Amino acid sequence: MSNGNGQSGLVKWIDERLPVFTFMQHELNDYPTPKNLSYWWNFGSLAGFVLVVMIVTGIMLAMNYTPHVDYAFDSVERIMRDVNYGWLLRYIHMNGGSMFFIVVYIHIFRGLYYGSYKSPRELLWMLGVIILILMMATAFMGYVLPWGQMSFWGATVITNLFSAIPLIGEDVVTWLWGGFAVENPTLNRFYSLHYLFPFLIVGVVVLHMVALHTTKSNNPLGIDAKGPQDTIPFHPYYTMKDYFGIGVFLIFFAGFVFFAPNFFGEPDNYIEADPLVTPPHIVPEWYFLPYYAILRAFTEDYFLYVPISWLMSAKLAGVIAMFGSIFVLFALPWLDTSPVRSARFRPIYKQFFWLFLINCFILGVVGAKAPDDQVFTWFEGFQYVHLGQITTAYYFFHFLILFPLLGKLERPKPIPKSISEPVLPGGGTVAAGAAAKPMEKA
Amino acid sequence: MADAAAAGGGAGHDEDVTRRDFLYIATGAFGVVGTAIALWPFVDSMNPSADTLALSTIEVDISGVEEGQSITVKWRGKPVFIRRRTQDEISEAESVALTELPDPQADEDRVQKAEWLIMVGVCTHLGCIPLGQKASDKKGDFGGWFCPCHGSHYDTSGRIRKGPAPENLPVPQYTFLDDTTVRIG
Repeated sequence: MSNGNGQSGLVKWIDERLPVFTFMQHELNDYPTPKNLSYWWNFGSLAGFVLVVMIVTGIMLAMNYTPHVDYAFDSVERIMRDVNYGWLLRYIHMNGGSMFFIVVYIHIFRGLYYGSYKSPRELLWMLGVIILILMMATAFMGYVLPWGQMSFWGATVITNLFSAIPLIGEDVVTWLWGGFAVENPTLNRFYSLHYLFPFLIVGVVVLHMVALHTTKSNNPLGIDAKGPQDTIPFHPYYTMKDYFGIGVFLIFFAGFVFFAPNFFGEPDNYIEADPLVTPPHIVPEWYFLPYYAILRAFTEDYFLYVPISWLMSAKLAGVIAMFGSIFVLFALPWLDTSPVRSARFRPIYKQFFWLFLINCFILGVVGAKAPDDQVFTWFEGFQYVHLGQITTAYYFFHFLILFPLLGKLERPKPIPKSISEPVLPGGGTVAAGAAAKPMEKA
Repeated sequence: MADAAAAGGGAGHDEDVTRRDFLYIATGAFGVVGTAIALWPFVDSMNPSADTLALSTIEVDISGVEEGQSITVKWRGKPVFIRRRTQDEISEAESVALTELPDPQADEDRVQKAEWLIMVGVCTHLGCIPLGQKASDKKGDFGGWFCPCHGSHYDTSGRIRKGPAPENLPVPQYTFLDDTTVRIG
């Protein structure tokens, strides 16, 4: 059956009519990948893996879930108690959402550190931002489905954000709800869209992959591969590395699923939704906390809002800032004026990168706290709303002022001539004494 | 366009090209408008349906509400606060200068009978339910209602006085059918 290429007759017959095997050979086997990728490059394929896990567990859960305000909460409890392995499916799906965001946030910060958004990868980056936005919409709607108190009040607060739109805001909110409050029509449509959106994500992921395989992977040095000596085939080198990463990740994931399944959850969501009682403290899921902090940073009486108070209400300003904090990522390839990709060769940017990361963590903490709480017991009068204002200001300062300025002011370190140069004398070209001399650290 | 006409058969044929352009644009425009119109039923299907709209009036018996008490009823999926105000609360609400209010509105414009304050109990910030219906609730700095989510304070007329909410608690349409029954909606 085999021919010269190691393909069976059937494979060849199919491939001549529909070149799926050639395609897979090119994109998954031969695909030339920079040979210096670190473990930070595992998180892209890891995110793809989590997406598949979420879709599979989600389809199974949908077989037992009832999208109706009178039955939704009970149907989830039935999944937990009566459906065979229902508890496992739900805990995987529930924690999988958090895992997805952990993986994707690491993937994004990897891109920020190594300048993966810069030419020629602008569209690759922007498709990634679209995936992030779709993920956030999907996660938000999915969180509403169990119809607990946090589901209901989270949905109420977030849909009410749209009422800040001038003139048509109220009509938009009524349209989103399909009624005059979050009710059964809202739950139904969220269920429908929660099922749809992951497949939209799959579609954009395919485009993300096409863009990746066109521009090729970035690498820790942030320089282009100069030739075959700088790359290795994707299979088996990176398939194996990715599998190993998945193994490590699964230990982490399973730790939560089996030993702390409600670690990321809110206890209030095990109370059935009650439209007449607001829980005393509404918090979104952890992955939304920084955006929630930005939303709440705009209040009538504080400095962040004052310069724009003539233009719009504080509520609208908060909503615009919250959405702006994500949409600014679309402009990043043009905001960053430095031609050097990797922070390894940008001594000043490197420090600001870590400062930005810390700032994002602080925003997350602020999002989890009540605005009026004191930040320090020993420093009277400094409340979380103040800390939120400072960190929100820094967030936008980093993107809108620091990125354009740093590219002009910073003096980058010398960049190696090729990926091979720092480790192989002569850049690994031809013989280059590759075997003769031991590798040297650059 | 002149070049295309010339290539298409010499001078005097500009008319043909113009007509073709017109048809092309007209067909395109027709298609776009037609698609937009065909899209409307899909968009509108997400608006409140007839049965949702049909539930939009309720009648409430308020005979059992004593002075200083409040009840909460559900209307259109939202809580409606009905409070029988004390004389102190009424005079306090009436005495506030309009210039002190973020959303200026006189108390008399918010009630039909000064004793009965009826309003939708949904914070105008982001839709939480303010506290203040029970005697034991925190009522905020102005003795009315207090929203625990983001700290908005409402006065005894349900007007916003402090915090992030932009507007007063909205007053729904209602009519007193008799002394003890009110129809909301």
